[in-house]
Amino acid sequence: MMERLGLGDAWSRVPAPVRRALLPAVVFVLLIFYPSYYSDITSAIGTNSVEAQLVPTVPTMVIMTVYVIMALGLNVVVGYAGLLDLGYVAFYAAGAYIAGWFATQQFSPHNVHIVSVGVPSSIQGLHFNVWLLLIVACVFAALFGIVIGLPTLRLRGDYLAIVTLGFGEIVPQAVNNGDNWFGHNITNGPNGLTPIDALGFGSLHNEIGFLPSAYYDVTNAVSYYYWTGLALVIFTLFCCIRIRDSRLGRAWVAIREDEIAAAAMGVPLMRTKTWAYAIGAFFGGGAGCFYAIYKSSTFPGDFSLNISITVLCMVILGGMGNVWGVCLGGAVLSYLNYQGLEAVGNNFNNVAGTSFNVPQYTYGIFGLIIVVMMLLRPQGLIPGQRRKVELELGVEGGSLYDASA
Amino acid sequence: MLAALPRFSQQINRVFTWVVVALFGVWIVGNILSAPEQFVSVLLLGITLGAIYALVALGYTLVYGIIELINFAHGDVFMLGTMVTITVASGWLGLDGSQAWYITIPLVLVTLLAAMAFCGGLNVAIERIAYRPLRNAPKLAPLITAIGMSFLLQNVGAAIWGFNERPLTSTGESIFPANTLFSVGGVPYRAKSLIVVLITIPVLLALVYLVRNTKPGKAMRAVAQDMDASRMMGIDVDRTIAFTFALGGALAGAAGLLFVMFQTSTRFDLGFQLGLYAFTAAVLGGIGNLTGAALGALVIGLIQAFNEGLSWHTPGSDWTESIIFAILILVLVFRPQGLLGEATADRA
Repeated sequence: MMERLGLGDAWSRVPAPVRRALLPAVVFVLLIFYPSYYSDITSAIGTNSVEAQLVPTVPTMVIMTVYVIMALGLNVVVGYAGLLDLGYVAFYAAGAYIAGWFATQQFSPHNVHIVSVGVPSSIQGLHFNVWLLLIVACVFAALFGIVIGLPTLRLRGDYLAIVTLGFGEIVPQAVNNGDNWFGHNITNGPNGLTPIDALGFGSLHNEIGFLPSAYYDVTNAVSYYYWTGLALVIFTLFCCIRIRDSRLGRAWVAIREDEIAAAAMGVPLMRTKTWAYAIGAFFGGGAGCFYAIYKSSTFPGDFSLNISITVLCMVILGGMGNVWGVCLGGAVLSYLNYQGLEAVGNNFNNVAGTSFNVPQYTYGIFGLIIVVMMLLRPQGLIPGQRRKVELELGVEGGSLYDASA
Repeated sequence: MLAALPRFSQQINRVFTWVVVALFGVWIVGNILSAPEQFVSVLLLGITLGAIYALVALGYTLVYGIIELINFAHGDVFMLGTMVTITVASGWLGLDGSQAWYITIPLVLVTLLAAMAFCGGLNVAIERIAYRPLRNAPKLAPLITAIGMSFLLQNVGAAIWGFNERPLTSTGESIFPANTLFSVGGVPYRAKSLIVVLITIPVLLALVYLVRNTKPGKAMRAVAQDMDASRMMGIDVDRTIAFTFALGGALAGAAGLLFVMFQTSTRFDLGFQLGLYAFTAAVLGGIGNLTGAALGALVIGLIQAFNEGLSWHTPGSDWTESIIFAILILVLVFRPQGLLGEATADRA
């Protein structure tokens, strides 16, 4: 594009890191100001018109950040290390319940407040600082990932997939039955845990007026959640890219491409795979915790297999192994899931005069996306360079690598 | 990689296995002693469930045996089998359990053939469209496709037959006469339970005969062992795989009919979970092993019935799913070759 504009020379003199960072930087600046120009877009289209429903609202954007984080986390497991994880939702649940346990009135006779923000000390229960909880949730989920991973990671690829699927089904059921674990009410069962404390900056508000002491204090709380989510996405992206280029990241790729050769070269298989699990789970837990805090509740019904498959679908659609592709896949599919399909359906019905209930078929559409992508473009929308070569060679010249070996 | 495991972990495995088996035995004996009649009625229910699971599990094990693919869509093929049964039996043929036995039985057999043909054909079509193009792709590719296919089939089922629970007949009765054959402890054993076992056993025997003694069966076993070598020997590999999918689908269709006749209702999303139970059964028995799949299915059916029906120190139906998946995980981790499978290094 730059060559066509006659800027070829000037552009190539710009240092490579700047060149590569330019597009993401522009996108992120545009995203940061999204809440401020959202209403301009809708009013340009026509407020309350059917077409305006297609514009993602700020709450949808918050959910999109959550799913992008999860997709990036799963990408570490599936895309980098080549381990198919069908129970990713278990880590999401772990993170959400960390928020549920340590920032609600669930254990209400006890009254522990640790640097909690925006919660009067008269409110009973455990109330830890929510920022601290985000970190705790990540670490807890990572430990959970290690606990699940240690016995299972020596299984072959497809067996590993089914074992993770099993964990992904057991965890929600255990949570659902958790109102009576040997007579103790741990998770409050199907009624879930609510309300969860809001995010906030407490007394920091007095020093920096922009930061609310608690998000419910401000009228545009959703925007603050959105900016928080965006910050988490950037942090996740940064981690993913740095880990990918690290020794560990290269070890993952080596294992994915040929496990036996990698082991022969001195890559410790179990430790490397367990790290992949732990780091993938780390981000899953963070996303779960943030989402639970955002909607101020967590229910066992939030953790169905469908979530795991949706996140997997995001990774596949975007391009396994490529963080930008996965971001795109996560954003597009979560948008479709929470707003887009309904809006598209309404528009279609509006134009064609029909009355299809499109959101009902969300998961069928996701299934179709998975099948079509695997058949026609297995490398995803924005493929990772290395993965692309693997898939092409793998299909034509026998098995270049066997992800399951 | 198994060889690299320290020896003591194998001993731990053995001790652990015996502890689990012993605890299970104590629990069973305790239940027999506390309520013998209840135990027998639950046992009969478990056998019926096990028979249905066996038919589905065989589909998994056949497909896995030949192309090493966990066909996640299989459970949903089964679900479509239940739906087709409803359409054919109560919609087209008008069965509602009020007809005499000499009308009911032939028409049920007609429905059985229809469901088997439909599911067999569907399974072949799925293989042709979704799995065959990926046969040389990295192994996770067809697995992921199978998951996508499963969701797609669920929604196809929902689009045609609706998102709500579908009763078999408008009266809520089974199409099969609800005659009580005998009662154990006040729980009736009905003809519809017996017919499940009566249809399953000959189907299983026919399948075993087909795989062991006929030419297509021989071709299946050859392809399962070495695809390239059997191609060189003149076996049409694609056709053999398609035949395997047809067989598996037909079994799922039969299971669909029996299931809906037994439970008298079905739902668009029930196939996935039942499919996973059946897959657990196949793994438990030793995946790729026909007898093993049937045995594993019987065990899973019994465990489910015990857990949901017995009362002495029983977790109850809230935990059925967790228990069955825990079995799946434990078997895969500690004994990946299953009860009857051979220990091969690449299985684990």
